[in-house]
Amino acid sequence: MVDIAFGPEPGKRPDPRNNHDAYLHQTRRKRMYGGILLVLFLAIMAAGFRTAEDRNAGDFLSGLHQLGDFPAEVISEAWANRANLPGLFLRYLPSLLETINIAAVSTLLGALIGAVFALLSTHGLARWPRLIPLFRRSMDAMRAIPEIVTALVLIFILGGGPIPAVLAIAFHTSGALGKLFSEVAENADLKPVEGLTSVGASWGQRMWLGVLPQVAPNWLSYALMRFEINIRASAILGFVGSGGIGYDLKLAMQWGGGKYDQVVAIFLLLFLAIVAFDQLSSHFRNRLIKGP
Amino acid sequence: MTDATLQVQMVQRFRVKRLTAFAAPALILAYFTYIFFAFDVAGLAARARLDNAAILLSDFWSYKTHVTRDNRSSAVSVAIEGENKGTYPAGQLPAWVTQTGDETTVDLGDGHLVTYDAKGARYVVPGYGTIDITVQNGKPVLNAPLPLPTWINSAENKVSVTTDHGRFTYSRSKVETFRYQAGWELFFFTLNSPFSGRSFGELATLATVGDRIDPARSNLGYMASEFWTNKMWRHSDVAWAMFETVLMAFLGTMGAALVALPLAFFAAANFTPFRAIRFAFRRVFDFVRGVDGLIWTIILSRAFGPGPMTGALAILITDSGTFGKMFSEALENLDDKQVEGIRSTGANAAQRARFGVIPQITPVLVSQLLYYLESNTRSATVIGAIVGGGIGLLLTQAIQTQKDWEEVAYYMVLIVLMVMLMDTLSGWLRRRLIKG
Repeated sequence: MVDIAFGPEPGKRPDPRNNHDAYLHQTRRKRMYGGILLVLFLAIMAAGFRTAEDRNAGDFLSGLHQLGDFPAEVISEAWANRANLPGLFLRYLPSLLETINIAAVSTLLGALIGAVFALLSTHGLARWPRLIPLFRRSMDAMRAIPEIVTALVLIFILGGGPIPAVLAIAFHTSGALGKLFSEVAENADLKPVEGLTSVGASWGQRMWLGVLPQVAPNWLSYALMRFEINIRASAILGFVGSGGIGYDLKLAMQWGGGKYDQVVAIFLLLFLAIVAFDQLSSHFRNRLIKGP
Repeated sequence: MTDATLQVQMVQRFRVKRLTAFAAPALILAYFTYIFFAFDVAGLAARARLDNAAILLSDFWSYKTHVTRDNRSSAVSVAIEGENKGTYPAGQLPAWVTQTGDETTVDLGDGHLVTYDAKGARYVVPGYGTIDITVQNGKPVLNAPLPLPTWINSAENKVSVTTDHGRFTYSRSKVETFRYQAGWELFFFTLNSPFSGRSFGELATLATVGDRIDPARSNLGYMASEFWTNKMWRHSDVAWAMFETVLMAFLGTMGAALVALPLAFFAAANFTPFRAIRFAFRRVFDFVRGVDGLIWTIILSRAFGPGPMTGALAILITDSGTFGKMFSEALENLDDKQVEGIRSTGANAAQRARFGVIPQITPVLVSQLLYYLESNTRSATVIGAIVGGGIGLLLTQAIQTQKDWEEVAYYMVLIVLMVMLMDTLSGWLRRRLIKG
């Protein structure tokens, strides 16, 4: 066997009498492979960065000097007009509320649709076990389409406003949550479901009474995490297309100098909202997982 | 605890549970009702443009060819989607357009015939009759069997007819017929290419045994370059854009990991005993995460200009906050025994980190990295639309023109394929690297 593995020359074989050398040899080889991989990885990073820099309008080093220019300009102008800020906060509060509402509705819708998809695509729970691959693939596709694609197409059909954003984020969310939900549901205990089957419960009743109480904490926790992501997504979607605070930010930015107090007000509102909701949701998630 | 109090407690708990079981759906319903009015869902019907939806859907899988006659110069042109790039060269018109002298005949199929001539134009619709348009005093005059059906629209200066075989418009300046055909036009070769309009069999013959069309190079190479430089679909630009998007995601994710890994040690309680330093680093991570990717993208585009590097840096900064938090949590959950074992051999801090810590957190690290790589491919599409790089830019441009929907469909298919590919790749790598 050793001959087959190492060839006929005696020099290449590990010497079973000397464990120490063989171990060191193996470690050295492992480390060498690790080193080669690391160098390769760094080379790819460097080459990739060079390519990206070549295709960029400005280069990295000269940009680095200007990095502080825009924030400095914005902040100094906003500081000069700092008396406006409280009024601007009030003015943009409805937009912020709209952005958060977009995120909340789309998370809710996405979670509801995702829950149905998850149950339909979980082995042991599915209503039609033969259709499991179909539901899984459709969730994959829903997850794969970025929100911006759906949103821009829907804006063309439905016009501006928050509804295209809601539908686009909900579409993506149901795919993303459906997968996570189905992973949780796979670990659910089937005994309650069997018990319910034995008393003649319908599929809906089995899921509602047998599965949902088991998975609810984990599902809620995933949904809250998705809500954090969706607040950011709805702000970005506003910037590229439809309503909310992102759209106001775009309008204020397009103006250039002179409206930077508005930009700062929006930045601050968005930042505070994101941090607040992150904290809130991580607090509730901890409670859900670890108990009160 | 007596049975009685236990019973009271249980009844109480049941009551609370029953209440939540009804209250939660009721709350959701109430919220949806509020949203229904806040977002003006009722007004959606008035705002929705279903005709746009119809255009979009038909454009997704079909294309139209314009046959246009300029009524002043009498010049007839046949162009795919009415674009310059898709204009048929004179003398090489498609088989369904025939020209004899002044007369041009467009055969829309199933007996639908449109004729342009010196007097005006005629459209023969089977089962209805002939729609005849003559020009009097420079204005089109309609002569068609009465009563006029709703699909004929006649105004003072313009007559338009829409059937399921095509669309016909006569105005003072020009007469135009649209013919719809299934498929994506000129996807492989444009009309000015010698390979245009040939069947797959002909192309295969040309590529393998046929005579060289351009003596300087092989037919296969010529074909490849004609395909690559296709002006209508711009395959080379699209390929570059896809590459840019993946590059942004890769550089951003990996760069963020390289930045966050050393910093995470300062935010982990078991490596940094000083509370103040730990607190400072954690707040920095929170700040970077909280200032959303959108804001970073805007700030960076001002400094670095549009392009993929800006997008990569935006992803890098946003994710280093996330990674810093995640890695420091992983470091805090570390098993101390391994580190102590290394310490007992007299290793210094760097060696302890290299041999005691890194091997333990590598699985968590790699699996998170790969997960983020996949999700950042999607974000890079969106960020690309803002910073002006990658497939996101091409997509938003195509959507904004509001007519190249077949290109939108093409990009959408490509994006979905790209994300799915990254998903598969990262899943495969994760399994390989973690299970060995």
